[in-house]
Amino acid sequence: MKADPRGVLTGAHYLDGDHACAEGALAAGCRFFAGYPITPSTEVAERIAARFPECGGVFIQMEDELASSIAIIGAAWTGKKSMTVTSGPGFSLMQEHIGLAVMLETPCVLVNVQRGGPSTGLPTLPGQADMMQARWGSHGDYEIIALAPNSPQECFDFTIDCFNLSEKYRIPVLLMTDECVGHMTERVIIPQAEEIDLVERKYYHGDKSKYLPFKPDKDMIPPMVKAGDGYRFHVTGLTHDERGYPVMSWQCQEVLVRRLVEKIKNNADEIYRYEEENTDNADVVIVSYGISSRVASRAIDLARKQGVKVGFIRLIVVWPFPEKKIAELAAKTKALITVEMNYGQIALEVERCAHGKCKTLLVPHGGGWVHDPQDILAKIKEALQ
Amino acid sequence: MHEIRFSGLGGQGIIRSGFIVGRACSIYDNKYATMTQSFGPEARGSACSSQLVVSEEKILYPYITQPHILVSMSREAYEKYEPELQEDGTLVIDEDLVSPVLRAQIRIFKIPATRFAEELGNRIIANLVMLGFFTAVTNVVSYEAMKKAIPGSVPDRALALNMKGFERGYAYGREQLKQQ
Repeated sequence: MKADPRGVLTGAHYLDGDHACAEGALAAGCRFFAGYPITPSTEVAERIAARFPECGGVFIQMEDELASSIAIIGAAWTGKKSMTVTSGPGFSLMQEHIGLAVMLETPCVLVNVQRGGPSTGLPTLPGQADMMQARWGSHGDYEIIALAPNSPQECFDFTIDCFNLSEKYRIPVLLMTDECVGHMTERVIIPQAEEIDLVERKYYHGDKSKYLPFKPDKDMIPPMVKAGDGYRFHVTGLTHDERGYPVMSWQCQEVLVRRLVEKIKNNADEIYRYEEENTDNADVVIVSYGISSRVASRAIDLARKQGVKVGFIRLIVVWPFPEKKIAELAAKTKALITVEMNYGQIALEVERCAHGKCKTLLVPHGGGWVHDPQDILAKIKEALQ
Repeated sequence: MHEIRFSGLGGQGIIRSGFIVGRACSIYDNKYATMTQSFGPEARGSACSSQLVVSEEKILYPYITQPHILVSMSREAYEKYEPELQEDGTLVIDEDLVSPVLRAQIRIFKIPATRFAEELGNRIIANLVMLGFFTAVTNVVSYEAMKKAIPGSVPDRALALNMKGFERGYAYGREQLKQQ
């Protein structure tokens, strides 16, 4: 399926990451947005509000983030592609509904333009400390998909990817960007609508009386219907059977939750994405994502000039985590160094997957500004001692 | 590679200046340009700045570390940012608003940008006068690219006036270069 040309602003633009994200959503066919303004994400909402009337979208400024995150779930069940945007404090409020969207298998996209936390923290300054919250923030056991762009172009491209993944796997997908990328302005190329491939939602077309809203196909994904199309169905956050009715038993829990987890885990090889550079024969491999990956590149250049063999892996899809890839790198390098704007979140995953095969180090940073490349360089040298 | 800081007071169009040059470079001059800006309570009236990295190659590290061009349109901004300017850097100022204390190897270009803008009818276009001047006296961006980048970067109703301001600054810059 190709993009609807009404939403595609084809051409070369000079955009910040937030505006590029909004254009990505429009190009992906997002036609429902509910949000509550919060720095540094507000520009996404502003642009969507300005652009939606041209392409038939509905924009609602809700009373808060709780309402925003549940409105997009409702809209998705009417057949819309829907999105909300927020930052740390709002992301905390949305956790309950991320879990609900997982349980109801609702395709939708949530964007977190990360700022410094905890709490209201640093509204105008960057952070990357919501990465574990993205993975585990809602209660219960579940899998999630999260992408981390490092440029305005990627804010555009990855927002489309988020929609495609959410439609394919019927899951809320998170775009975990940050204040630096959100407020950085660079060239963004928006292709022709016919060059943008979109994943079409899988719909049920059979006998209305036989419709089971949570009966999966062989790919573990149940087809959807649109509310209002005349199908009788029930959706609930309670553990439910194929009819969507609550069933309070461990047997039903086992069938449902195992499938929710496995539909992502079993397809993880198709979902993982990373960029890898010079990791063969590297003494040290830097692991990073988002804005930190661009800052780390400066330190890597400095280290290479001094003769150190440094490899680099940049995570594009952060969740699910590329476990096998990290294990493979750990087996052939002396150290894995994680560069992220927090005191150790993805670094814990790296440590887990390295399984003691190599040193695992972190260049910690509390947020508020990016790393000093010299600090990363110093850690590279420390790793080699 | 160029590392440039545009600075002045909130409300003078300083962020817009970085945006227009960045847009001109990256879309019409076929280079790479990354603009970043300070986001804080400096909406109007206090020192603000936008930072621009321009390069022939893809820009990885997106921030300026030691700018070699500083554009200043207010005294406060000049005093705040002048110390980071490279030893042999270039300073471009509104001469009515900034009284520089010159270091030995700094090149300086001066224009009464705000006064020119007032003469043209509105001081709000002082930033475009400055951009015309900047285009002439530095080798960051081409005149042609700037002419293409300004439409769409300023309000349509004020485009003609903005272009006039740009041309005024550019002509003044060319003149100054000839005299040097």
